[in-house]
Amino acid sequence: MRRIDPFHALAAVCTLLVVGFIVFPLVEMIRQPTAANLKASLADADVRRAIWLSVSTSGAAAVIAFVFGTPFAYLLARRDFKGKRLVESVVDLPIMIPHPVIGIAILSLAGRQHWIGRLAADLGVRVMGSVTGIVIVLTFVGLPFYINTVKNGIEAIPLRLENVSRSLGASSFGTFWRVVFPLAWRSVLVGMILCTARAVSEFGAVVIVAYHPMTAPVMIYERFTAYGLRHSQPVAVWLIFVCLGLFLLLRWINPAGRRRT
Amino acid sequence: MIEVDGLCVRLPGFTLDAITLHVATGEFFTILGPTGSGKTLILESIAGLVPIHSGRIRIDGRDVTDLPPERRQIGIVYQDQALFPHLSVVQILRYGLRYRPRTADREEKIAYLIEQLGLEPLLERGVVNLSGGERQRVALARALSVAPEILLLDEPLSALDPNFREEIRGLLRRLHHETGITALMVTHDFAEAHFLATRTAVIEAGRIEQIGRVADVFNRPISPVVAAFVGMKNIFEARFDGCAARAGALTFSLTGPVDPAWRFMAVRPEDVRVHGASPETGDGASNLFSGRVTRIDHQGVFADVRVRCNGLLWQTLLPTSRLLDEAIAEGGEVWLEVPAEKIHAM
Repeated sequence: MRRIDPFHALAAVCTLLVVGFIVFPLVEMIRQPTAANLKASLADADVRRAIWLSVSTSGAAAVIAFVFGTPFAYLLARRDFKGKRLVESVVDLPIMIPHPVIGIAILSLAGRQHWIGRLAADLGVRVMGSVTGIVIVLTFVGLPFYINTVKNGIEAIPLRLENVSRSLGASSFGTFWRVVFPLAWRSVLVGMILCTARAVSEFGAVVIVAYHPMTAPVMIYERFTAYGLRHSQPVAVWLIFVCLGLFLLLRWINPAGRRRT
Repeated sequence: MIEVDGLCVRLPGFTLDAITLHVATGEFFTILGPTGSGKTLILESIAGLVPIHSGRIRIDGRDVTDLPPERRQIGIVYQDQALFPHLSVVQILRYGLRYRPRTADREEKIAYLIEQLGLEPLLERGVVNLSGGERQRVALARALSVAPEILLLDEPLSALDPNFREEIRGLLRRLHHETGITALMVTHDFAEAHFLATRTAVIEAGRIEQIGRVADVFNRPISPVVAAFVGMKNIFEARFDGCAARAGALTFSLTGPVDPAWRFMAVRPEDVRVHGASPETGDGASNLFSGRVTRIDHQGVFADVRVRCNGLLWQTLLPTSRLLDEAIAEGGEVWLEVPAEKIHAM
């Protein structure tokens, strides 16, 4: 009889435990609300609005990350400069800072006591309790995921391809659009999905900057505190489905990075 | 024409130091040097792909030192071809055309390249479906498609297997003859320089050691570094006195007087003869010493035989058959014959 390697056996047990730890609560939550409850929840205009607000603001955050984060990721991937490590650490900061702190930091900028807040108010831009505020917060928390993914993707493209493109007459901008972007598009898309996924699930910072209009995570929290578990579960299930959809899209675009290599 | 004057590039841990070289219009020039000597850095400096610290670069009399790569009118071919993996061969060939003025004969020139490089059957293929030789032909055609003033070649033959290497080497020579383009190629293979170039520069640790005609550099290296690079593996410190040289405890006869200021003598392994018994040379021009075989490394038809003579360790190259014929074995005593005309002083 084939002998079982004790280390492999331990690894298998740990794998089962971890997978169970992640999947079991989610499956239970999806299983508990009845189909009628889920249907009723989706029929509720407030729920639909909250989910749409979460998805749309997260998508907007991903688009902002794409516009500003792509050139930044290129710079980090291709250039060495003094303080680069510091800049890379700064990019990662939003991952490490407690999210209510992010909310408070953004509020402190957006308030009347700060010149940026006063300028925004003069320009008619409201941050506190607005969609704008939500998008700012979600961009803040999603940016590191976008920038790091795209940076890694660009680093994987041989620099010599760009050198040849330049020698053939393309400017650095032309080279980016004709060589780098077509080769890094998968990383860009994965980065945007990761950014969106992270933003959709954001609660701690959003609840401070904009309790209203209500995003899905804030609504789940509100229904849980006001009405209890049963009323919050159907909304949570729909949010899980949204996240699952994003996850499946991610796996389809980037199946464990195999196609890239 | 390429004129590089006092080029200095500083990178962390490496400096390209005061590189000066001039390549005439239509010349095929090679830069020879071991890996990490700075060869590619010179090419990329000429191409404007690395920031330079000081020096000037002129192409056909035009100072391009401060121009971006896309305005230098150069073509570059890398060892790994650097073909765009998301494009087909025909798209790769036409990549640079949009950046060049539309001339009446442009399509004619592209057709010429496609024909000369045998690319017709490959045009619709993707890069992954090309062999090493095909890839290099596409890379060459791409570089020439924009009618550059100069062609920079970064070890274009190194990554190819021997069959493709021979094919591309011949192709390079033919294209150079037919187009008359000024070509600058870096390589670590002296045979490639011999085959393709008229002149060469040997570079070591970011400094040019010697520039000259390929045959001159091969036959008359001016320093131990160059001598080692061109295959003179027996290099000894020596004192010269008239027609004699003294290295260690051995005294060698030379064919003529040598400048006493010179400090080294060098001999190629294939020029040293090894005999199992004392030979009857009779020509009087050879230096004969007894020694002991310390190591024999078989390399197929030839064997690398190391012989120690009075403290000097010699590297020789013998046909394997001679080892048997002359009963030469590790630890055995042999006679070493160093022809005077094969001793190079520097």
